[in-house]
Amino acid sequence: MRVLAAMSGGVDSAVAAARAVDAGHDVTGVHLALSSNPQSFRSGARGCCTLEDARDARRAADVIGIPFYVWDMAERFRADVIDDFVAEYAAGRTPNPCLRCNEKIKFAAVLDKARALGFDAVCTGHYARIADGRLRRAADPDKDQSYVLGVLTVDQLAGAMFPLGPTHKAEVRVEADRRGLAVADKPDSHDICFIADGDTGGFLRDRIGVAPGPIVDTDGATIGEHDGAFAFTVGQRKGLRIGRPAADGKPRYVLDISPVSGTVTVGAAELLDVVGLTGEKARWCGPVPRGPVECAAQIRAHGDAVDCVASYDGQRLHVELRRPIRGVATGQAVVLYDGDTVLGSATITSTV
Amino acid sequence: MTDSRSGTAGRSVYLDHAATTPMLPEAAQAMCARLEIVGNPSSLHGSGRAARRVVEEARESLAQSLNARPSEIVFTGGGTESDNLAVKGLYWARRTEDPRRRRILASAVEHHAVMDSALWLAEHEEAQVEWLPVDPAGRVLPETLEAALADDAGSVALVTVMWANNEVGTVQPITELVEIAHRHGVPFHSDAVQAFGQLPLDFARSGLDAMTVTGDKIGGPMGIGALVLSRTLTLTPVLHGGGQERDVRSGSLDAPAIVGFATAAELAVKRQPERAEELARLRDDLVARVRDVVPDVVLGGDSDLRGSHRLPGNAHFSFSGCEGDALLLLLDARGIECSTGSACSAGVPQPSHVLLAMGVPEDLARGSLRFSFGHTSTAADVDAVVEAIGPVVDRARRAGQNRVRGGPER
Repeated sequence: MRVLAAMSGGVDSAVAAARAVDAGHDVTGVHLALSSNPQSFRSGARGCCTLEDARDARRAADVIGIPFYVWDMAERFRADVIDDFVAEYAAGRTPNPCLRCNEKIKFAAVLDKARALGFDAVCTGHYARIADGRLRRAADPDKDQSYVLGVLTVDQLAGAMFPLGPTHKAEVRVEADRRGLAVADKPDSHDICFIADGDTGGFLRDRIGVAPGPIVDTDGATIGEHDGAFAFTVGQRKGLRIGRPAADGKPRYVLDISPVSGTVTVGAAELLDVVGLTGEKARWCGPVPRGPVECAAQIRAHGDAVDCVASYDGQRLHVELRRPIRGVATGQAVVLYDGDTVLGSATITSTV
Repeated sequence: MTDSRSGTAGRSVYLDHAATTPMLPEAAQAMCARLEIVGNPSSLHGSGRAARRVVEEARESLAQSLNARPSEIVFTGGGTESDNLAVKGLYWARRTEDPRRRRILASAVEHHAVMDSALWLAEHEEAQVEWLPVDPAGRVLPETLEAALADDAGSVALVTVMWANNEVGTVQPITELVEIAHRHGVPFHSDAVQAFGQLPLDFARSGLDAMTVTGDKIGGPMGIGALVLSRTLTLTPVLHGGGQERDVRSGSLDAPAIVGFATAAELAVKRQPERAEELARLRDDLVARVRDVVPDVVLGGDSDLRGSHRLPGNAHFSFSGCEGDALLLLLDARGIECSTGSACSAGVPQPSHVLLAMGVPEDLARGSLRFSFGHTSTAADVDAVVEAIGPVVDRARRAGQNRVRGGPER
């Protein structure tokens, strides 16, 4: 196959590209420039797409022996991922930009361009497996990234290749070293790639502005003030800056965010328990389910999947959880699993 | 996409001579012969004197090739350094003489080495940069410069207009422009990196005060260039140190590279008339046959291919609905090497400022390719491009549709 390897400059995508070559594919490397104004160097594990990352990717391609190009995806990334991220927070929701990037950039804009240029698949360093056209969890449970890929459709999966799925991260580093890839000991990246300093609150404040509002308890009594509801996420405990302790002395958590009034409601932990949720914008990694389906729901990248019954009416996805999940924010994705196999996902719009 | 890995090695069709051209065997031999011999040209002992002699002979030879005086040759680390030295050095020296001189008049199609030097001076040294507009062929019209100078020439530090453009190959009316600047008492620098070897260059007759040339574009080594600098002009140095090169450019002289450069220059100048004819023939063939295959292709630069306003080795095409990087990838996979004509350090293609200054719409500018011929080019190279270009443009157009409609909803 003719394979386009997306190379971030990190160890995973470099080894993935090398494995695609070993598998006999005709591989071309591309580094996606996602920032229109890249920093020269990365500092620690945060951020990506610096000029140094582009150079690391280029050197890895040299060592692997494949052609290498940089594709400018900055405009698409800003429109489809960053602007969406800001708008979702402004609307009181908690988005996951990695899902959005996989859905709209890596396996849409990049895959479409790759296919048009004659490639058959896009290869990435994600930890996930594809078997018989279905998306499955990675062998390494600590690194499994099937959650952030749960937005991929059957067609997108048909053009995706994840050579690291069967492997544990530690082995990947050893393999990178054996292959002479200088990125073998480069730190893992985490946090949000386009917020280089890790200060999500500051990033949002710069873009949304100060929007003060009340912090109220479940009786509606105002117990504090805040500078912007976007700085909160459902389930959050730290940083509430409420002077008065609760009457019962228990810690308080963010229960709800009303974007229009800017009201942030706080209360006891057990009030965060959610037994059912509704999602929209469903995307199916396989056949569209008909009737109620016994499966498991996962609502964050490294959370547990909880047994549930899911039903889809063609518009909305309803999920009844077999046991409560604590702290579910709207805007998060619910990804459904049948064992290790990903069924699909939806964006959570309400919880009960 | 049949043979992408082997394509870039071995039997590649190299049509990017404006980026760099293979070293002439004679230049490589002259350089290699010097590489293992000890001697810093600044040293006073025998080995130093021997190295110095090699450098001075090369200087005389290069001066002769350019019709300049040996003392007017300032060796540098290449075109970028020469441009920096000319623009910054002239600006600083002229402003020191008269603090009113803060204007820099530069053509809107300069290489980044000139452009970004001027912009740096604007940001840090209170320079006022005025970009001289160009006509649709990329030429600065004499009346444009005249008008810019008529308005308080006493405040102009320098004029800088390249001899020939690296992307579209347009040759500027340098002699005329220099005359105008001199009539107003303003010194003139020209980046002649692309012109050298393809056009006859005569520093003395051009009237230029400073001229940039470099080794690797004429079959010499990389990392060596010169600023040809009129003896009457003082320049503030950019690099300080041992005071080599008239105190204008410090640093131990690279005798082997200088010898290679001078050897290449001598041969390039000697062979220039026939070479220009040969390159133009190949280029014309390419343009005609690409037009046959892709009738809506837009030729960039001067449309009179054989006139005196276009470099003989340059062909510049824009293909609507394509992205340059897609075209380049597809050609590269077929072993055909050319350029989109612009690149930044991250390798992200931007629409070229040269094309935008010429009035090319941004969308068309994004789909541009430059093919540049040189001394190793053959008719077979043209055949290979003509064979590939049709399917490549078709494919790139299909890929480009995503961009136009902003991506499909799935």
